[in-house]
Amino acid sequence: MNIKAYMAIMRVRFMLLVQYRVAALAGIATQLMFGFVFVMILEAFYFSSTVLQPMSLKEAIGYIWIGQAMLGMLPWGGDAEIQNLIRSGNVAYELCRPLDLYNHWYARAIALRVAPTVLRALPLFLVSLFLLPQEYALEIPTSTAFLAWVLATLGALFLGSAITNLINISMLWTISGEGISRLLPALVTVFSGMVVPLPLLPDWSQKVLTLLPFAGLVDTPARFFTGQLAPSEIWISTARQLIWTIVLIIWGRRLLQRGLRRLVVQGG
Amino acid sequence: MTGVRLYFRYLGVSFRSQLQYPASFIMMTVGHLVVTAIEFFGLWALFDRFGSLGDWALAEVALFYGMVHVAFAIAEAAARGFDVLHRHVRTGDFDRILLRPRSTVLQVMGLEFQLMRIGRFTQGFVVLIWGISKVGIVWTLPKYLLMALSILGGCFLFVGLFVLQAVLSFWSVDSLEVVNLTTYGGVETAKVPIAIYKGWFRRFFTWIIPLATINYFPLMAVLDHQDPLNTPLWLSWLSPFFGIAFFTMSLQVWKMGLKYYHSTGS
Amino acid sequence: MAQIVVRDLTKVFKVAHRKAGVWQAIKGLVKREYNPVRALDGVSFEVGRGELVGYLGPNGAGKSTTVKILSGILVPDSGLCKIINRIPWQERAAHVQDIGVVFGQRSQLWWDLPVMDSFELLRDIYRLGPVDFNDTLEELVETLNLSAFLGVPVRQLSLGQRMRCELTASLLHRPKLLFLDEPTIGLDAVSKLVVRDFIKRLNKEHGTTILLTTHDMDDVEALCHRVMIIGRGQILMEGKLKDIRQRFARERRFIVELGNRYVEEEVKGRISKAELIYLEGNQAHFNFDPTIVTPAELLHELSAEFEVRDVLIENPPIDEVIARLYEELAI
Repeated sequence: MNIKAYMAIMRVRFMLLVQYRVAALAGIATQLMFGFVFVMILEAFYFSSTVLQPMSLKEAIGYIWIGQAMLGMLPWGGDAEIQNLIRSGNVAYELCRPLDLYNHWYARAIALRVAPTVLRALPLFLVSLFLLPQEYALEIPTSTAFLAWVLATLGALFLGSAITNLINISMLWTISGEGISRLLPALVTVFSGMVVPLPLLPDWSQKVLTLLPFAGLVDTPARFFTGQLAPSEIWISTARQLIWTIVLIIWGRRLLQRGLRRLVVQGG
Repeated sequence: MTGVRLYFRYLGVSFRSQLQYPASFIMMTVGHLVVTAIEFFGLWALFDRFGSLGDWALAEVALFYGMVHVAFAIAEAAARGFDVLHRHVRTGDFDRILLRPRSTVLQVMGLEFQLMRIGRFTQGFVVLIWGISKVGIVWTLPKYLLMALSILGGCFLFVGLFVLQAVLSFWSVDSLEVVNLTTYGGVETAKVPIAIYKGWFRRFFTWIIPLATINYFPLMAVLDHQDPLNTPLWLSWLSPFFGIAFFTMSLQVWKMGLKYYHSTGS
Repeated sequence: MAQIVVRDLTKVFKVAHRKAGVWQAIKGLVKREYNPVRALDGVSFEVGRGELVGYLGPNGAGKSTTVKILSGILVPDSGLCKIINRIPWQERAAHVQDIGVVFGQRSQLWWDLPVMDSFELLRDIYRLGPVDFNDTLEELVETLNLSAFLGVPVRQLSLGQRMRCELTASLLHRPKLLFLDEPTIGLDAVSKLVVRDFIKRLNKEHGTTILLTTHDMDDVEALCHRVMIIGRGQILMEGKLKDIRQRFARERRFIVELGNRYVEEEVKGRISKAELIYLEGNQAHFNFDPTIVTPAELLHELSAEFEVRDVLIENPPIDEVIARLYEELAI
């Protein structure tokens, strides 16, 4: 798929979102509120314990704001249009196009994730960096931490899009597809660090958490931004994100092939 | 046929259409249960690390959490019609409701009763029961009664919020997410004792949107816990009525909204 | 006695307009511009009891705004509207008990459930007694031939079957007035005939007053006693279809089969009383105005010049008449 077509997909997505002007503002307000509630609850927890924690309150607050700002990038669900295509059986027409179906869907998944993030992240960053009272604000990172964050965020995008595409593909198996698209968001929110910053989960679970692919979605970028991870760790974490992305892409391609074969045999 | 009986007829019809696809229904319900139960998992994890939230123990917080989730689950299921009214307004199907000789509120409620909300209900209820058994206070009948009535009041409060959201959809479809601040955001806020929040934020959810009446005020009469907000006892016992009052007020706004709809159409 | 009385209805909508482009979309976040649109601009008409009236006009002319006002959904900015001596939007519950409305493009049935369930729910909504309900339903089931699919979920019905059920659903409470909005849209030929036939019978046997908005001129020709044509928010013309035809399409079509093949110039030069509009092989189509020349004279002139094998005189198709009418009224 060439760059031009890809940019067109992106542009349409963006226009769609901007059209609903108040919805965009309301979405930002909602995220600010959820972030704020979470920050206040965490603050109350931190004040009730004197034990040294794996991350400081300031780091935890920054972690939450990064999570809220990048919320749009989380693979919550599949691409609604592709799902409709599959449900209506029109996916068969997609096979007639002279493109690689996996790549095409993957490009769409990236657009699906980037457009809302661009729209929502910017205002959330502005508010959490500059407008909030000092104790609740996000801190400006050092330049190396910032660079590490940018890299980790890119890694998160490719990883998240691979997961999104898996959800799309799972829809080829109607019932189990529905199950996956219902249950996967639960896994994603818990194990990415959206529910509780991963360092605050029980110590015994930490090893497993970093091995799962989901940590690469929110946890890794957020830790770099807040300085909870040293920028020098970026190579290891990027490698981890990349390996998972490749594994999920290979898996997704296999599944897509099998799903399509099944579709052709059964006639939809 | 009276309004109440008609509502139950609507319920029956709605149940039957949702059970047309049983596999999908079960999946949705289980999914809903897991997704909503995650929140309690989050609280548990934080208690596991920090020991307590202020001077609140997990079993106490479980009561706050359970009450607000149960109330919201019922409201979400019953008022689903208001929640999705914007779709019916956009397609013009709302006109059909105006073409029938029955109360519009009744008909909108009858559009859909979302059975899958049993998921949230179940996890909220389990947490509530667990909290009741672990909190270590003397339970009396009036305490149970106050909690039950407050949950009911909470349902009315949330349904009232959904009604307000539906009224907004007569003006502009894209402003609806604002209401999520008070519905989903409200559940998020009230899952812990509202006393832990600061200043204006707490006051907003006490006096503008009276979330505190769903669990905080009544639980102050139930728990043997020192109350940082010094809730007077009468307020604890009156709290169920706040939700009902809020709902009544929202019905007035609904009437205004209908008037506006009549003058502009969709 | 008039059942519907409408005087000087006006209605203005504010329509937000959006410009293309990303930058304009972002600007729209802050400020939005509105244009007033006059949907109705002084509409007056009456419909008597038992009439079957066609309400025509191009898209956006104000048809559906009128129907919405008549059914009590929309309140006009000014003007009077009385239906069976009631003002629709002031006594909504009483008013809607007397009217039935069918929107051809929307459904009022419960999608996932058998048709019969929808009917029973409507019985409860309209508070119909069991005897009345059963009688009405039986009659409708019989005339519309529904018995075979009363137990089938609505989503599995064909469009034609569904429209028959929609009609039934709108008539269970035996309304005195029926508003039909494009009831035959998308239907196959057979279903169209069934629906048309039913509407005609309903009007004749029950005396139900019917207002029909449609783009299907065959519906209008088959059904309507009278038509009203709306454009730019005003009633531009009303009367019998025959009279409108008289005024706007006086010409008839004279189709002849000639003994030989000719080219256009040969025919055109030799016939002065009619206009040649089509020639293919030995078939020629002429337009003529019967007030200027009679068919007999025309035939005389033709047979003097050519060998005439067969003759057919036709009205121009109604679609053509209406198209010309819209053009002439500039709507």
